[in-house]
Amino acid sequence: MIPTAHSQPPFITLDSVTKRWSNGATVLDGLSLQAERGEFISLIGPSGCGKSTLLRLLAGLSGLSSGSVKLDGMLPESAREIMSFIFQDATLLPWRTVRSNVELGLELEGKTTESQRHKTSTELLQWVGLSDVADLYPRQLSGGMRMRVSIARALATRPKILLMDEPFGALDEMTRDFLNEEVLRLRENDQFTTFFVTHSVAEAVFLSTRILVLRAKPGQIAGEIRVPFAYPRTAALRSAPEFLRLVGEVSAALRSVQVPSNPSNPGHP
Amino acid sequence: MKKFLIQAAWPLAVFVVVVTAWDLCCRWLAIPAYVLPQPSAVVRVVIERHQTLWNAFCITALEAGGGYLLSILGGVVIALFFAQSPLIRRSFYPYTILLQTVPIVAIAPLILMWFGSGLRSVMLVAFVICLFPIIANTTQGLISVPRNLIDLFVMSNASRSRQLLKLRLPYALPHLFVGLRISAGISVIGAVTGELFASSNAVGEGGLGYSITYANSQLQTDYLFALVLTASLLGFLFFFSVTALEWLCLRKWHESAMKTDAD
Repeated sequence: MIPTAHSQPPFITLDSVTKRWSNGATVLDGLSLQAERGEFISLIGPSGCGKSTLLRLLAGLSGLSSGSVKLDGMLPESAREIMSFIFQDATLLPWRTVRSNVELGLELEGKTTESQRHKTSTELLQWVGLSDVADLYPRQLSGGMRMRVSIARALATRPKILLMDEPFGALDEMTRDFLNEEVLRLRENDQFTTFFVTHSVAEAVFLSTRILVLRAKPGQIAGEIRVPFAYPRTAALRSAPEFLRLVGEVSAALRSVQVPSNPSNPGHP
Repeated sequence: MKKFLIQAAWPLAVFVVVVTAWDLCCRWLAIPAYVLPQPSAVVRVVIERHQTLWNAFCITALEAGGGYLLSILGGVVIALFFAQSPLIRRSFYPYTILLQTVPIVAIAPLILMWFGSGLRSVMLVAFVICLFPIIANTTQGLISVPRNLIDLFVMSNASRSRQLLKLRLPYALPHLFVGLRISAGISVIGAVTGELFASSNAVGEGGLGYSITYANSQLQTDYLFALVLTASLLGFLFFFSVTALEWLCLRKWHESAMKTDAD
């Protein structure tokens, strides 16, 4: 995983990426980062540390103020074809059935025939266990099911890079754990490179090859923790002592970058 | 069916009570028929003059319906234009509000003066009065598409026209229907108002609005009542048709239509 001097350039490179808002506030300040194919990188940090912004920069949904981002040798805007974005909410189109939502990305790409799309969506829905609800509408599904549709839609275009912006934040813990296992299972198949924004330390440790702890104001990488556990990982890992130790380590790193509460603001008893 | 009957029972009971009270008032207070005709007199005049009523109904329906359909077309096109940029909205929106605030009784004579007092001018009055609710609601729908959904389309490299066709328009559909429901009723108001200013020879026998002025001048108050009821019926029919269409289009996926399931 560690690039040597003569190996090919890293799959994803961020070089002193800086992002400022138009009001002058610096969200990300000179952030550099490299990722290899197949890595699962979690971004964790206090709110306002720019982790979601970083994801949007990778997706080309937001422009850099300075620095450079290269994905498989391409600029973000050109790399969209090999990327999928999974948002905080499922962002399904309510007027489309589950199946039709899964097919959306392929349909917009316009490279596939209807029967090809049908085949892909059938396969993916089976994969995420939603074959039975293919003809239902999003409002008829639970939050967890909607998120699974959203994941299936993202994977339908066979992305090489998957950007996930706190996708399970709104779900209950049981659903979240289940979907975490699901993501790893899907990853075994497709080996996409993932950037995953989360607030949950346990989730980050369970999923990632690497965890980046970000600090806020300005957003910078404060620490990097490699997760040594081999894949495939199972639910049993969550109760292993070395897992819990690592969770503790990441939590400590996270605490150290937590902005202390404003002293001028008198606390309520 | 049983549920429907129970639901229909209450408004029906109100109807019976009101009509009875109306009838009793006429008898006990000895109100002259040209001030307030008895319900039975209104029913009689409806039966006697059903042919003229029907003709007037058809003329007004044509005018109101034509203006309404035009306003849907025009309103959606204008809304699409407005949705392009905030600058366009800021520049033009104040003038569309004029459509809503200038009383239609003031505009109607102008339109008839400019375009002649024919069926088409009356249609134009209905068009003008229907336009604003459709523009306002459709624009609102088109511009309130959530950021993430737009980003999703951007990530798929979808062109502007695809974004419009597959995202903005379907997203705005429930909003459009709100406008359509509001305009359905007022299209009839527009047509009737237009006719009040149109001369009879231009509109042939004349629609409901023309007949209302005529009945009023002749103190045929029972006929006037029949005409007013027919006009309300027309508005109700429009409203009902649009609501039915809305249900057909949205029932599967939209929250507003879902409520009826839970009822």
